[in-house]
Amino acid sequence: MLTLIGVLIVVAGFLARFNPLLVVTVAAIATGLLGGLPLDHVVAAFGKAFNDSRYVSVVFLVLPVIGLLERGGLLERGRMLIAGVRAATSGRLLLLYFALRQLSAALGLTSLGGQAQMVRPLIAPMAQAAAETRLGPLPDRLRFLIRAHAAAADNVGAFFGEDIFIAFGSVLLIKGFLQQNGIEAQPLQLSVWAIPTALTAFMIHGTRLYRLDRRLAREAAAGTAP
Amino acid sequence: MITLEAVYRLTGALFAVVAVLSALDQRNPKRWGNALFWGLFAASFLFGSRMSDLANGVLVLAMVAIAGLGGLGLGRPVTTSAEERLASARRVGNRLFAPALAIPAVTLFGALVLKTVRIGGVFLIDPKQATVISLGLGVLVAGALAALLLRPPPLAAFQEGRRLMDTVGWAAVLPQMLAALGAVFALAGVGGAVGALVSHALPVDNRLAVVCAYTFGMALFTMIMGNGFAAFPVMTAGIGLPLIVRKFGGDPTIMASIGMLSGFCGTLMTPMAANFNIVPAALLELPDRYAVIKAQAPTALFLLLANTLLMYFLVFRF
Repeated sequence: MLTLIGVLIVVAGFLARFNPLLVVTVAAIATGLLGGLPLDHVVAAFGKAFNDSRYVSVVFLVLPVIGLLERGGLLERGRMLIAGVRAATSGRLLLLYFALRQLSAALGLTSLGGQAQMVRPLIAPMAQAAAETRLGPLPDRLRFLIRAHAAAADNVGAFFGEDIFIAFGSVLLIKGFLQQNGIEAQPLQLSVWAIPTALTAFMIHGTRLYRLDRRLAREAAAGTAP
Repeated sequence: MITLEAVYRLTGALFAVVAVLSALDQRNPKRWGNALFWGLFAASFLFGSRMSDLANGVLVLAMVAIAGLGGLGLGRPVTTSAEERLASARRVGNRLFAPALAIPAVTLFGALVLKTVRIGGVFLIDPKQATVISLGLGVLVAGALAALLLRPPPLAAFQEGRRLMDTVGWAAVLPQMLAALGAVFALAGVGGAVGALVSHALPVDNRLAVVCAYTFGMALFTMIMGNGFAAFPVMTAGIGLPLIVRKFGGDPTIMASIGMLSGFCGTLMTPMAANFNIVPAALLELPDRYAVIKAQAPTALFLLLANTLLMYFLVFRF
């Protein structure tokens, strides 16, 4: 039970908003020591796993290209494009992206999207521009809200689309785990039973995005009132 | 064959250049902190595979010390003005989108097509790492397109990359740190301890209570561990299989499928899933690092409730 202290350190540290790198390091060392491991083993295990997971950080390779395009006016061009589309609103744009993201992920095309590749350079600035074209300059609070929703649309779409694809990691993990426990599960069956949740996710998040425009209009009006 | 190691070298080289440019940035009062931090990250990519586990661990601790003690500042590379950007946007037009869209397009092409290409019996790219390697190729293609289109000064791409990397700051290494924490948790047996705790505190005579314990437990444990894959085996062995399947005769396929998706609801609500929730907040320059989580939480909670009901009504019926 003592090993659970690491979990407590993480929860408390994140809630208190200490630097997360410090929180995670302290939690790892405390957990390892309380679990009876010598300090050098804990540090080595920590280093090994850090080293083995370098692939998650390869995505930062896109930043020089994105930065170069921003330097050349990518965000401004996105705004011009959106301003020319009369039907474009933040909510509709994000709803469209969300639907495409979920659908393409369900077909196994998860790389058509992503926070650094799509959301930062294209989706978030365009969604913001759509609202600013309609409502005029927005207070920071609403601009941040729109950007956060752009990131959320990418995550929710990907999470609840990709598990319908039968070769996705979670489907294979489930199959492997059940097999170890003497249960044969077909990947196709696992995918099929992910569909009700995927549809529900689409309805819930889609409704929230659909209502985002009204919320923005209301709060922008309230913000400009004396 | 192009391997993951080649992409790591490319990433390491980028961070090395960012480190040097940081050191030269007179306008950043903490330039040495930034230079050292990105330099260590570069070393991890360039030499990590050849360093001992302990040396890698010490490298991580040094990065944590710099970031945790406030050693990171914000680099201020020279960039274009708002007017210059507007003029460039008018001049180049919608062709500006081409390099941005080339990244996902090439990644996808690589992951689907290049993965299967063999030259003289050897794969062109390591098929096991096709997506990450293809992302690297996509960046090179997009970078070349952007350079042709915009004709920037030679170091501009690296300076712009540095601008964005400094915006992300310490959050850049958080996803790897959390993976490392997960490994230490696994070594120390945290999963087993949570599993034991959950199965002790559980009413076992009521189907709805058991289903709730499983779906909410999946979400909660996923929030602690940062991903559903770590939570699934523990929760399913502790609650799912013994109670929902063996005791009440539920269908294991439906249980497992909806159970994993309940875990995904947890992923939407936790800073431990840093690459989905914390890094984007930094990338989008949101002052509240939990802003993305707050935008996702209502969806996650409603969906968790829906999953619980779906499982309750479906799992005992088929």
